[in-house]
Amino acid sequence: MSTPVTELLRSHYKEGFHDDLPIVRAVPKGLKHEVVDYISDVKGEPDWMREFRHRSLDLFLKQGLPDWLPGLRDEIDYNEITYYVSPVEKPQRRWEDVPEEIRRTYDKLGIAKEEQKLLGGLGAQIDSEMAYHNIQESLAKRGVVFLSCDEGLKQYPDLFREYFSKAIPPEDNKFAALNSAFWSGGSFVYIPKGVKCDIPLSVYFRINAEQFGQFERTLIIVDEDAFCHYVEGCSAPIYTTNSLHAAVVEIFVKNRARCRYTTIQNWSTDVYNLVTKRAMLYERAVMEWVDGNLGSKRTVKYPSCYFLGEGGHGEVLSLASADRGMWQDAGAKMVFMAPNCTGRINSKSISGRTGRASYRGLVQVRPEATNCRVQVNCDALILDEQSRSDTYPVMEIKGDLATVEHEASVSNVSEEQLFYLMSRGIKKEDAVSMIVNGFIEPIVKELPMEFAVEINRLINLQMEGSVG
Amino acid sequence: MTDTFEIRDLHVSVEDKPILKGVNLVVPKGQVHALMGPNGSGKSTLANTILGHPKYTVTRGDIRMKGESILEWDTDERARRGLFLAFQYPCEVPGVRVSNFLRMACNARAGRELDVMEFYEKLEEKMKKLDMDERWVKRYLNEGFSGGEKKRNEILQMLMLEPEFAVMDETDSGLDIDALKIVAHGVNELRGPNIGILIITHYERILRYIQPDAVHILVDGRIVKSGDADLATHLEQHGYDWITKEVVA
Repeated sequence: MSTPVTELLRSHYKEGFHDDLPIVRAVPKGLKHEVVDYISDVKGEPDWMREFRHRSLDLFLKQGLPDWLPGLRDEIDYNEITYYVSPVEKPQRRWEDVPEEIRRTYDKLGIAKEEQKLLGGLGAQIDSEMAYHNIQESLAKRGVVFLSCDEGLKQYPDLFREYFSKAIPPEDNKFAALNSAFWSGGSFVYIPKGVKCDIPLSVYFRINAEQFGQFERTLIIVDEDAFCHYVEGCSAPIYTTNSLHAAVVEIFVKNRARCRYTTIQNWSTDVYNLVTKRAMLYERAVMEWVDGNLGSKRTVKYPSCYFLGEGGHGEVLSLASADRGMWQDAGAKMVFMAPNCTGRINSKSISGRTGRASYRGLVQVRPEATNCRVQVNCDALILDEQSRSDTYPVMEIKGDLATVEHEASVSNVSEEQLFYLMSRGIKKEDAVSMIVNGFIEPIVKELPMEFAVEINRLINLQMEGSVG
Repeated sequence: MTDTFEIRDLHVSVEDKPILKGVNLVVPKGQVHALMGPNGSGKSTLANTILGHPKYTVTRGDIRMKGESILEWDTDERARRGLFLAFQYPCEVPGVRVSNFLRMACNARAGRELDVMEFYEKLEEKMKKLDMDERWVKRYLNEGFSGGEKKRNEILQMLMLEPEFAVMDETDSGLDIDALKIVAHGVNELRGPNIGILIITHYERILRYIQPDAVHILVDGRIVKSGDADLATHLEQHGYDWITKEVVA
């Protein structure tokens, strides 16, 4: 049964449909050690992983939420969530072999086979499992590994174990523990030394089930002097109940390597999006997070750079748009543990129609990290008086010779700008869209063309009817 | 008489303070009129009211274009129907490229999606006239523009939109002589039977390059004197004092 409000939301969110898919495997709802065993059995995992999962579930049950995190305490009933649902048997390497119903879902989302031509590899996860995962022949020949995370564990057990949970252990935070207990799907990527994988590897995450928890796990290792661009997108149906998405993404950027990780998050406003993303940077490594948050009920996500080696460079470009029913708590984290590193955080947020956007950032320069430089810029655009924007920057500077710059601005769509654009015949709604798109342009221009177009489309949809 | 731009007994207030107190003015198509006046006489209020700035309230009178009252039309509709204002202080719109903005504006004015090639050909031609190179339109709208560049950008918009009636609000202020000549050249280019232009200015200087058909003097919210181009020259020589005195007496 859908309410008129649900209908209204659907008209603005074209990804809000759900399909009746045959369920191949599912577990009863609720937080149970039996579910952990079931998942481990189905996946045929080694004992160490089974134990890791059980230990993580215990950690989750014990652990509280951090003091600085507002809300979320009584909002989610973890026993009403289903922790594993799969409408597919296993990931396919040929699109034709993906079950027809699921291919239809992806067709509706515009993630068609054709798009692969622009990509080095494509993965498509639906609920708990990857329906499709494949890499271009030319990249595979150069030794690039792009598999579902489960396959990664099977095919590269030693490499997998060396890095898995080393950047984000289950002790790190409550949602990392939850993911560690129930993780399923996500990607395993290895780029060999010196290989520049210049066409993006892309994965699309779809939630179809109701009151469901998606816990994909991604592990990316970019070996010395290599390059990789990984792009992810996501969406979910509009129900009247809530779902949970708690991903963990661990990235290791080895000496002189570079990694760019782009996210276009477009969950429906039923989804709690509580994600931990962290990159470890070795000597002179470069990490770039491009983090676009345009959907979800609540997002809690601060892509991080940990500088382990000298001379690394990290960037976070964060773009958040909080429309009605959304709270985007986004930002970035940079921890300097080695000398001569540089970092840049550039955050832009928009809030409208009672939406709320928060920038939360941590810059930490440890004593051993001398001569580091970091620049933080956060700009907020508030569209109306019902909407809200906050900035919570934390700086802990212990290293000598650190240069830290922080600039923040809050603005409204000004009457003068509107009058100016309208005096050229442009309708008010289009004028607001123009101003908003101009505001985010410095981040959007960093995106690949298709994603820039998608972001502009989503922003324009959110602007529809947002001004009186 | 229908092909005119007409202001009738116009009273305008800003935050309940009366600024315009009964302005009457008719600009027929094909003519250029100049509106001069000392600071604070209400020149910019008139310009902003013509385009329907929400801060200005019309308390009495009417503004008519081709016989139709425009007061009920929103700002964007006035523009689409052929009104144009060259701003005294054009505002900056970060992240919006001049080319994208102009295309949106031209499409709005035309009421249809214009052919892209055609649009760019016209744009190139107009830019040449204003001595602009191709980098100009890739810049963000007025962001980081010098005062002179902003004014030239206004004229570029005017040439692209081909309005039926244009108001130029102190376009000459802050321009050096070379920029003034470029701007005047642009306006003279557009001048003709299909457009009426109202030039608002404090100084007579711009009128040496754009010959007006009539000159009006605004003092304290009313037009106190109208005449031909010689009136502007007289003002330049004698200042506004004599006219203020004449009005008071």
